[in-house]
Amino acid sequence: MAASIQVTVPATGNKISVPTGLFINNQFVPSVDSQETIECVNPATEEPIGSVVAGSVKDIDVAVAAAREAFKTTWGKNVTGIERGRLLNKLADLMERDAQVLGELECLNNGKPLKIARDFDVGDSVACLRYYAGWADKIVGQSIEIDSKTKFAFTKHDPIGVCAQIIPWNYPINMWAWKVAPALACGCTIVMKPSEFTPLTALKLSELIVEAGFPPGVVNTIPSLGSVGGAALSSHKDVDKIAFTGSTVTGRKIMAAAAMSNLKKVSLELGGKSPHLVFESADLDQAANWVALGILYNTGQDCTAGSRVYVQDTIYDKFLQILIGKAKELVIGDGFDEKSGGGPVVSKVQYDKVWSYIESGKQEGAKLALGGVKRSGKGYFVDPTIFTDITPEMKIVKEEIFGPVLSVGKFSTEEEAIRLANDTTYGLGAGLHSMIVSAHTFKQVWVNQYNLLYNNVPFGGKKQSGIGRELGSHALEEYTSVKAIQWNFGEKLDWPL
Amino acid sequence: MPQTFTYVFDTPVYKGTSSFSTGIFINGKFQDGSEGGYIDVINPTNGKVITKVSEGTAKDVDVAVEAAQKAFDTVWGLNCPGFERGKLLYKLSELMTAHADEFAALEALDNGKTFGWARKADIEAAIGSIRYYAGWADKIQGNTIETTKDKIAYTTHEPLGVVGQIIPWNFPLMMISWKLGPALAAGNTVILKPSEFTPLTALLMAQLTVEAGFPPGVVNIINGYGTTVGHALSHHMHVEKVAFTGSTLIGRKVLEAASKTNLKDVSLELGGKSPNIIFDDCDIEQAVNWTVHGIFWNHGQACCAGSRIFVHEKIYDDFLHRFTEKTKSLKIGDPFAADSYQGPQVSQQQYDRIMSYIDSGKEAGATVHLGGSRWGNEGYFIEPTIFTETKPDMRIVQEEIFGPVGVVIKFHDDDDVIRQANDTVYGLASAIFTKNIDRALKTSQRLRAGTTWINCANQLHAQIPFGGFKQSGIGRELGEYALQHYTAVKAVHINLGHEI
Repeated sequence: MAASIQVTVPATGNKISVPTGLFINNQFVPSVDSQETIECVNPATEEPIGSVVAGSVKDIDVAVAAAREAFKTTWGKNVTGIERGRLLNKLADLMERDAQVLGELECLNNGKPLKIARDFDVGDSVACLRYYAGWADKIVGQSIEIDSKTKFAFTKHDPIGVCAQIIPWNYPINMWAWKVAPALACGCTIVMKPSEFTPLTALKLSELIVEAGFPPGVVNTIPSLGSVGGAALSSHKDVDKIAFTGSTVTGRKIMAAAAMSNLKKVSLELGGKSPHLVFESADLDQAANWVALGILYNTGQDCTAGSRVYVQDTIYDKFLQILIGKAKELVIGDGFDEKSGGGPVVSKVQYDKVWSYIESGKQEGAKLALGGVKRSGKGYFVDPTIFTDITPEMKIVKEEIFGPVLSVGKFSTEEEAIRLANDTTYGLGAGLHSMIVSAHTFKQVWVNQYNLLYNNVPFGGKKQSGIGRELGSHALEEYTSVKAIQWNFGEKLDWPL
Repeated sequence: MPQTFTYVFDTPVYKGTSSFSTGIFINGKFQDGSEGGYIDVINPTNGKVITKVSEGTAKDVDVAVEAAQKAFDTVWGLNCPGFERGKLLYKLSELMTAHADEFAALEALDNGKTFGWARKADIEAAIGSIRYYAGWADKIQGNTIETTKDKIAYTTHEPLGVVGQIIPWNFPLMMISWKLGPALAAGNTVILKPSEFTPLTALLMAQLTVEAGFPPGVVNIINGYGTTVGHALSHHMHVEKVAFTGSTLIGRKVLEAASKTNLKDVSLELGGKSPNIIFDDCDIEQAVNWTVHGIFWNHGQACCAGSRIFVHEKIYDDFLHRFTEKTKSLKIGDPFAADSYQGPQVSQQQYDRIMSYIDSGKEAGATVHLGGSRWGNEGYFIEPTIFTETKPDMRIVQEEIFGPVGVVIKFHDDDDVIRQANDTVYGLASAIFTKNIDRALKTSQRLRAGTTWINCANQLHAQIPFGGFKQSGIGRELGEYALQHYTAVKAVHINLGHEI
């Protein structure tokens, strides 16, 4: 196939060149043994954008070998933290320079509005890279007192090694940055498998890896099907760690494969069914804004989507009306249209999945307060959908839908609210809307706000929402391995004991 | 209106023009000192005046404190998130990089150190410090602390407010960066007094803070004298902290001033008489090279200079011979000549002081093994000097000379040399040369010094803390540790249900 495709941005006619090969050792190459390709589709028009090479199991081997070689020679302990920080800052500068192009490509492949892709997805990613650039020369261990006359003990936080990273399609650029930044800051090398739905920005970003000056093999990018490349990485004997963001179903497979192969370290960032609790003391208008954001941002395609909301009975009717009004204000449309606040869902597969949940909601007896009617015409558009009169056993209440579909329930006491909120196998986010403080069991609790993430605050799930943390200083622990060194300078050992 | 200083460099190592205001820098603007005075800037290679800069006085400090406080209360401090502060510091480091050669030339002109050393040591370290602290700005974290079910408790590490910083003349730009980096990263606003001997790089730096986008009042730079501006900062009732690098003598005054006024936080980085211990099982070639670097780097004008050189008797003659030969090979001359290692001392005052120490050594009966005299006919050049056959109570052995004067002392007993090494009111740094790991670790553990260099000397990194034991100072600069001196801990207790 051609080395690159010219992708046309519909709104402007601009052409963006995207390399189509697998990115290994700072070069774009064909597969060693396969003719398979991955076709990328514009979800707003259902039109094909272009195809890229699909990596095979053998290609994964080649990429891992390249990453291992780099780790042993030009990266890992062979590069200083200062240099890693410098390169990450350079990469951030380049992403900032190319924000418009990256935003357009993201909008085209994922569907999200251009201004959000450019200003938030790319903007937050640039900040993420800079945040971890700052950590690169600050990864410290401890010196530990044992007996100052004879011993000296200290720890070093060594890079784990070759890291496989598998990212989803909902925030392709942002997820790329969350993974790449801490791994590189710590001195790890990477084999990155972007989602087969949205590989284009990962390939474009690989060009910036070269331009920034990272040595060959430090970052490798292999678009591939999960069942091929993802499976190969999970069970690879020479991968030291795998980091996965995606569904809980796939997360299990990855953990099992790690266990059966080489006990590689595993971190998982999985699904959620995050609840909001709106207490009577809350500022209802603000709470409604946050709840709307929580389920409609990114068209609900967010692991922390606030997909359940429980409202105190004393304010239920009032709040529901305000919320419906807010949801109606959001315009879902083509991402290149200035008016769009949300785009289509990413693919036909997702579109069908979300609609099947909406149908099940109707069948199981929930009431539709908003939405529930398919659009005609092209594009995987799903309009804001609100169900009320829910019961805990309903599929729409238990399972992650990953679309703009909200379930609204009622409670009277705080204990009841907490019980309803915690009644889930997930444990990712929770929104608490109240002027009165109380404790909660969720990991990621937002008080009087929702969904906002910051590069220096850790993020991750309890229970079946995941293992490990991203962002903040905690992410560094995922990419380092502690070595303890005990230095004897004064003890002589008597023998036999 | 303050004058613009313009200087055309046309030298073998650097050609370029530098131009900046000579005013005092308050609230984002350069202005004349309120009492209209000026300070001459002297070229130490020839004693001639290069230019003059505006002189700030106590009144200017008052104005600066007001501006710095206003900035802290409105656009800086907790009003500016860490990642924004980090962005500005990163931008500043990029601007410094763009002006790196110019900075090195100004430093060589003003201080007398060679362009080569200024460029590869001072300027690189200065840029590195600002970049390092840019990375800390959004990572200043407190703790959450478990006590009972009814309480959520946490600490925040908050900026102190307006801080005063007084720096010396030996590494002007590097000292500015060591001070501004952590102070600004932590969210403080700053009033910095450069040394009256070396104000030039500070003025260019002030201009770059404007270009980087720091809001007015966040960084203020006031050239002036210690007895006026330094005194005012140390005594000011609304300066929350003062950081001072300089002599132990003045350090005492700063601490005393703080105690008599508002009990402001004080950190001090003072003098040293650091021991360099050379064991008989060292790599002798390397030990010689590091020893030269330890005492002759920066013309001996380093607080951490390895100025007492203890050599094991088994290798004494060999070491002394090699050390002497190596020292003789150091080229003294024009800071802008490509092959110069050493330029003049910074001022007439310093020259006189060092020469008087050399005289005292001669008078006390020590042997001048090498040097001991002025070099050349103009400027403040002094020959690299080595004394031997000293006695422990000699002034040249006890007191900080701050010049290219090393004292070589023979020893035979490990315990005794460590006792001698520690027998000083100072405790800034130390160096150990041996190939035996056990000896190195044991000795390093027993030395009372803030830094122990094993098989190296005078190595400074933005990532590694630096500071003194005993009368060498209070507190640490560099590394994460510096941040502790620019933040105050607030503990917050949230009661979830405990009723009384």
